[in-house]
Amino acid sequence: MLKIFKYIFFDLVRSRWTYAYFLFYLALGFVMLFLSNDVSKAIITLMNVIVVLTPLVGTIFGVMHYYNSREFTELLLAQPMKRSTIFIGQYIGLSLSLALSLLLGLGIPFLFYGLLRSSAIWDFGSLLVAGAFLTFIFVALAYIIAISNENRIKGFGYAILMWLGLAIIYDGLFLISLLVFDDYPLDKFALIATMFNPIDLSRILILLKLDISALFGYTGATFKMFLGTSLGMVISLLVLCMWVVIPTWLIYRIARKRDF
Amino acid sequence: MRKSIILTILLSLVGSSYLDAKTIEVCKTCAVSSIAEGIALASKNDVVLVKEGVYAEHDIDISKPITLRGEGNSVIDAENKGYGLLLFSDSITIEKMTVTNIGNSYTKDFAAIYVSKIKYFTIQNCTLTNVFFGMLIEKSHYGVIRHNDISSDAIEESSSGNGIHLWSCSNLQVDHNELQKLRDGIYLEFVSESKIEYNLSHHNIRYGLHFMFSNDDEYHYNQFYSNGAGVAVMFSKRLAMTHNRFSENWGSASYGLLLKEIYDAEIEYNTLERNTIGINAEGATRVNYKHNYFLNNGWALKVSGACYANDFSENNFINNSFDVSYDSKVNDNKFDHNYWSTYTGYDLDKNGVGDIPFRPVKLFSYIVNRTPETILLLRSLFMELLNFSEKVSPVFTPDNLLDNHPSIKKFE
Repeated sequence: MLKIFKYIFFDLVRSRWTYAYFLFYLALGFVMLFLSNDVSKAIITLMNVIVVLTPLVGTIFGVMHYYNSREFTELLLAQPMKRSTIFIGQYIGLSLSLALSLLLGLGIPFLFYGLLRSSAIWDFGSLLVAGAFLTFIFVALAYIIAISNENRIKGFGYAILMWLGLAIIYDGLFLISLLVFDDYPLDKFALIATMFNPIDLSRILILLKLDISALFGYTGATFKMFLGTSLGMVISLLVLCMWVVIPTWLIYRIARKRDF
Repeated sequence: MRKSIILTILLSLVGSSYLDAKTIEVCKTCAVSSIAEGIALASKNDVVLVKEGVYAEHDIDISKPITLRGEGNSVIDAENKGYGLLLFSDSITIEKMTVTNIGNSYTKDFAAIYVSKIKYFTIQNCTLTNVFFGMLIEKSHYGVIRHNDISSDAIEESSSGNGIHLWSCSNLQVDHNELQKLRDGIYLEFVSESKIEYNLSHHNIRYGLHFMFSNDDEYHYNQFYSNGAGVAVMFSKRLAMTHNRFSENWGSASYGLLLKEIYDAEIEYNTLERNTIGINAEGATRVNYKHNYFLNNGWALKVSGACYANDFSENNFINNSFDVSYDSKVNDNKFDHNYWSTYTGYDLDKNGVGDIPFRPVKLFSYIVNRTPETILLLRSLFMELLNFSEKVSPVFTPDNLLDNHPSIKKFE
């Protein structure tokens, strides 16, 4: 598995798409920091970008990479190797190279800016952690979609729909259900519904770090208990881990049964 | 009023130096070894000078116009047995005394310094530590409370007292005091024509400053931070609040400044930074909010029902999660000439005023008001889209709540 991972990783690290992605974050980071001159403001803007963009890029890269390297995958499958090794190796290679683009692309400008001496380092850290998690989650989801769909167009379609669903439609439904069931106690439902969407979850994780937690607490005791303390942080991180582990396990299961 | 204060002070100065006023020294090894004894020996206008040391005394009754002066380290330890000093005569001056260990009580308002029904008193440079109530002042007038340091370690509202508690007083001057870890830093009830200036009130479990039924008062240049719920001003008329700083009141039900049933107030040049709610106005009428600085608050301004003829102008609203939350009719409240950091309009004629009006109430702010749980969608892409479409064509938010002349530049 390590060999496959290494191969895929170095192949991707040299590809121009990864460079473009890296350069985009690099430019974004520099522009944000040196134009706004305020780290905390820059972090909020970056959060808006990361929470939307990393899932989208992860999804598209995941699907694209799977379909493009299909022949190579078939070649590998002819070798005496376990299927799980091949697919999980590919998955980790891809998501790690994307996550690295993000970390370096944003990390370098912040280092130049003197982040290590600034108090915003933890906020920034949580931003990067959430970004990396989102990359891993959405690449895995995209892989699942790609593996289960022979037809590329369909695969792309489903993948984009999945992104759209989690980034926008889910929130819309969430909002409507909150407004419709206004008369009932909703705080537990709202918290649980948030757990089922990695984008919402990482957004809240970052917001908690950015000290807007008091705003959440204003709403009610459950929110205060959950989001106003470190409990919320720990549980959010755990659920994000689950969001990585479960899809990866699904890739493994689907790949094992799949015919090529 | 002020003239008469000065006259009195002058007279008392003249009196103490030229009439045969004497100084009675109190120390552990002197002929007079207790403060109560010293006061008993003193006659009108005398000075009781308390030398350094700890005096385990309580309920020290002062019923004649004298000066009680410490040397900075002259400590009255009340040993949780009752009041510290009791002031019952006009023209008393207390200086440089330290009073400590005033015990809690659920039936009596034990205070380090208790003042009742007197005039022209001065309490300055005193340190009151581990107190229940710091100063409890009732029905007294023309007093000066200055440069005092009051602290305690309040944990619960029900078992703690206020730093400076003023009840039914008038013409008081409270300035340069520091108050911490009490219930309310400064509490005023039925107090009129008084000035609260340059005080520092922080880490109190309820309010930094609490106004009730107090008319014609002013407070300027005070700092209130990290208090349980900020500053509350209720049921009062004709107030002036300027150059104060309300900050770090982060909590689930916290605000910088709460206004409830306020008429005719001037709120100017204040800074409100990092509060859950900057100003929470409920039933505020004819209040002018000018030149205030709202920075990094959750809600800069929350306006609830029954607010009429308020004027919000030339304020800076910068980086607040929500600028304005408004859940009643616009009435005749006015937003004009403010600077909003979220304003995205343009200024083609370069006159410093944006060409398109600004709507301070976002759709999201409106939704959160209706269903608070939706706060979980803060800064989500979906919400930004909704806000944008609402900005283009307002449907839900009050369409006449506008700032027609939003400033392009920040006010200094």
